[in-house]
Amino acid sequence: MIEFLGDVVAWFGNSANWLGTAGILNRLREHVQITVAATAVSTIIAIPPAVWLAHRRIGGTFVVAVVNIGRAIPSFAIVVLFLPISIRLGLGIGFWPTFLALLFLAVPPMFTNAYTGVAGVDPDLVEASRGMGMTDWEVLAKVETPMASPVILAAVRVAAVQVVATATLGALVGWGGLGRFIVDGFAVRDNVVVFAGAFLVAALAIVTEVALSAVERRVVPAALRSRSEGVESVVA
Amino acid sequence: MIIFVQAAGGFFSWEWVVNHLDDIWDRTVEHLMLTAIAVAVGMVISLALSVVALRYRWTYAPITWFTGILYTIPSLALFAFLVPITGLSVLTAEIGLVSYTLLILIRNMVAGIDGVPPATVESARGMGYTDRGLFFAVELPLALPVIIAGVRIASVTTIGLVTITALIGQGGLGFFILRGLNLFYSPVGTTQIVVGTVVSVALAVAVDLTLVGVERLATPWSTRRAAT
Repeated sequence: MIEFLGDVVAWFGNSANWLGTAGILNRLREHVQITVAATAVSTIIAIPPAVWLAHRRIGGTFVVAVVNIGRAIPSFAIVVLFLPISIRLGLGIGFWPTFLALLFLAVPPMFTNAYTGVAGVDPDLVEASRGMGMTDWEVLAKVETPMASPVILAAVRVAAVQVVATATLGALVGWGGLGRFIVDGFAVRDNVVVFAGAFLVAALAIVTEVALSAVERRVVPAALRSRSEGVESVVA
Repeated sequence: MIIFVQAAGGFFSWEWVVNHLDDIWDRTVEHLMLTAIAVAVGMVISLALSVVALRYRWTYAPITWFTGILYTIPSLALFAFLVPITGLSVLTAEIGLVSYTLLILIRNMVAGIDGVPPATVESARGMGYTDRGLFFAVELPLALPVIIAGVRIASVTTIGLVTITALIGQGGLGFFILRGLNLFYSPVGTTQIVVGTVVSVALAVAVDLTLVGVERLATPWSTRRAAT
């Protein structure tokens, strides 16, 4: 075991493993790139409709169903399933099947978390705002959205961590990213590379979680902090 | 899912399905076994840790912190960590799967028992219940709806994660997904991907509904729906 860990340390110490197309730095760049792209696009797709529908109180039952079904769909299956779909759409292998699978998996929980956050704003507060003469739009923009902002930010964080995890599986459909080390290591039965890849992927996921939690703490006013507790996270 | 079946239309071979019903059944049973072992072992560990966390409050934060880290580690990475140690084995799969159940189960067990009304606990003490009697005869049964809500989430999550263990030589229905991936350009390949996915989702829904039934039977006094 000690010898094995020594090999892993030596692997990290070898600059050849850091540079070039198949190096750690490029794989990390690919991983971060697709994570940022998928999280950003998911946010644009999921958050505005969630906030609007929750404001109008439309689709509550639908939201519950999406949460439950979403958990049952294996991320591995979705990544693999998007490969033939992407090829049929003429988008090829690699980036697109991974990206589309990430959107498919990230949008539903983000939508439902944001929906629950806005729908959970104290009705008395909304009543009071209307009583003060706020228009419908003002209630949404000045009361509900700020009150729900901790939950919405938490929803984005949870989705980003999920995307980092699922992007690892992109290595199975021809995408790069840090998952390459694990998948290629499995293929050639090189446990050192597998272990090093696992370390890199786990570190990226934990760094993402910790960094975005720190952002949340800075951005969210102290009085609203406890409100992000009910946010559902997903293993991928 | 319907969208996918249609998208794969012309890429789907019913003939393959009909000829492989035995295979599909065997893999489904394997999938259920991997899930059942993981959730059962997860429940035993979680119950022990929850008892510790309830008895010594200061341990709750580090317990959820540690299980939270396990929960954050991507599944493929967690399995990959274990392969150099425990090989491409069922043990590797189960250690990973159990790890993911802990956070959900412990959180719901502790929340469930914390949610027992203090007045009920007082009355039970007044009736002469010992600590142990109070826990098993009063607190645990009253916490059941919340605990079962946790078991439902853990089970459904585990069923999804079992598919990934195909990459370490296990996998249940994930076996079809992985083999389909290697043959993705052929109808037989896409058929296997779709079968693996659809049956796995159906299994998750069936197990979830079964647990709802178990909850109704186990808590006949409960009139409110449990919080998930």
